Amino acid sequence: MDMFMEYLKAFLVGGALCLIGQQLIDRTKLTPARILVGYVVAGVILTAVGLYGPLVEWAGAGATVPLSGFGYLLAKGVEEGIREHGLLGALTGPFTAAAGGVMAAILFGLLAGLVGKSHDKS
Amino acid sequence: MNLTQTEYSNMTDKASPPSKFLRNSILAFVVGGAICVIGQALINLWSMVLPEDDAKIAASCSLIFLAALFTALGLYCKLANYAGAGTLVPITGFANSIAAAAIEFKSEGLILGTGVKMFIIAGPVLVYGPVAAVLYGIIAWLLRLFV
Amino acid sequence: MATRAGKNTLMMQNKPCISGFAAVAGKKEGEGPLARRFDKLYEDTHLGQTTWEKAESTMQGEVVNLALGKANLTAGDLQLILAGDLLNQCISSTYGLRELNVPMLGLFGACSTMALSLGTGAVLVESGAVQNCAAVTSSHFCTAERQFRYPLDYGGQRAPTSQWTATAAGSTVLTPGGNTGVPSVQAVTFGKIVDMGITDMNNMGSAMAGAAADTITNFFTDTGKTPDDFDMVLTGDLSQVGSDLMNQILVRSQIELKEKHADCGLLIYDRETQDVAAGGSGCGCSAAVLCSYVLQEMQAGNLKNVLFVGTGALMSPTSVQQGESIPGIAHAVWITGC
Repeated sequence: MDMFMEYLKAFLVGGALCLIGQQLIDRTKLTPARILVGYVVAGVILTAVGLYGPLVEWAGAGATVPLSGFGYLLAKGVEEGIREHGLLGALTGPFTAAAGGVMAAILFGLLAGLVGKSHDKS
Repeated sequence: MNLTQTEYSNMTDKASPPSKFLRNSILAFVVGGAICVIGQALINLWSMVLPEDDAKIAASCSLIFLAALFTALGLYCKLANYAGAGTLVPITGFANSIAAAAIEFKSEGLILGTGVKMFIIAGPVLVYGPVAAVLYGIIAWLLRLFV
Repeated sequence: MATRAGKNTLMMQNKPCISGFAAVAGKKEGEGPLARRFDKLYEDTHLGQTTWEKAESTMQGEVVNLALGKANLTAGDLQLILAGDLLNQCISSTYGLRELNVPMLGLFGACSTMALSLGTGAVLVESGAVQNCAAVTSSHFCTAERQFRYPLDYGGQRAPTSQWTATAAGSTVLTPGGNTGVPSVQAVTFGKIVDMGITDMNNMGSAMAGAAADTITNFFTDTGKTPDDFDMVLTGDLSQVGSDLMNQILVRSQIELKEKHADCGLLIYDRETQDVAAGGSGCGCSAAVLCSYVLQEMQAGNLKNVLFVGTGALMSPTSVQQGESIPGIAHAVWITGC
């Protein structure tokens, strides 16, 4: 039952965050790149003001998988950075925390580029 | 043509069909939610062999791997055609944008094509996200000094 | 010699002949309503080439040869070829026509290029400066997508106002007037740049509608003709949104096209089943529709007078990102059947 609730929360919060994104696509002229930047920066800000942390606690992957979760990760990295290294940590923190995800995206992206072939959509 | 740009802009808005709001919203919610459920399942799986924090990172990397794989197979864009923000907003959308660019621009070479243009869509995320975090860090550090 | 009627229209005395025409298209177009009309369909839109750009070039080279064959001419008989496409520096035309060994004029008119090249060619043949020439354009969904939008495998939704770039090419072969049994060019109206202030790259039809209305109005004013004198006023490619807007603007000038109006972007696909949003676009769309269905019907005597109005959106990805509005242009060619 706990397991089910965990998945349900992830589904609801993750779905809701995507639902907001869909409204931005359908009702504004924002391009996907702008929307993604908005999510990451919003994730950083919401973490900074203490709102995103509790959401992650409650929804797990529902809050960490959307790109705002990437912003949360960056902000958490910075918090830890300045705790351990002071001001220098503000510089080293973001990528320390995000290193795994960014590196995976570069590595698997490159591999896809090496083996993949572009597809006609028609 | 005695037609002002404002008048024409209004005519254009009227002539343009709206998006299928309800259908798009439902699909975005369901697919986006489903990707997050897969993410949660991956966290739980990796937790069996890794400490909790590492399991979360491993789960993100797994999702990114899956997104790159589906992109290379030509399936991610087909799903995205229906799911919209449901496939754009999760971390998989970020991975898709890098993998798709890497594939697309290979014809211009591995260095100047793939290497340079890989971040043609994802680039701003990797610029403004971390910079926002650094700004937060500086503010947080200053607050610690004075509070 | 061409004589000027009114301010913008050139009337042909000798009426250059469209002695040959051909159209080729890709897979999606081959699933559309005009499938059986095309001279050749490519199931593999790569055309066996390594890049999409090479595929488009190959298409353009092949369509010229098909049109020449139908006119019983060879490339050696051509004194000039007028060509263009959507890609930077018109590379599809350059590489596609490189082997032909014919003097070439590269033209850019975005999706209006077929009307631009056909109209220019007709004026040159009419003047006697050129005997035989070919006018050819192409577009390819994949090359256009790469240049103007996103990588092909990038997941995104298309706006309902957006248009689908056709993978297609069309070519005409023009010869001096007097040939019977083939369509001929009666008049040409080159259009001016008309900017309606539209900045949305996903709504090109509305950016071009003003230019189309302007050129059509000029044509009817200059020639004293009315839509009743025509069997078809064929715009390419305004698609749904642009067609609607153009007709609204024309009504303000007391020009009602009604059922005379057809649009290449609406003819080439079935919007209900083919998921192309507002309809088709691209140089190859109007070229392939004109050089298949329309000219075939004219040759068969089912259409007598057609006003072909090619429309183009003259923007680049750079100008759009810099916030510039999208100027439109339209050129009209009056074609008469045999």
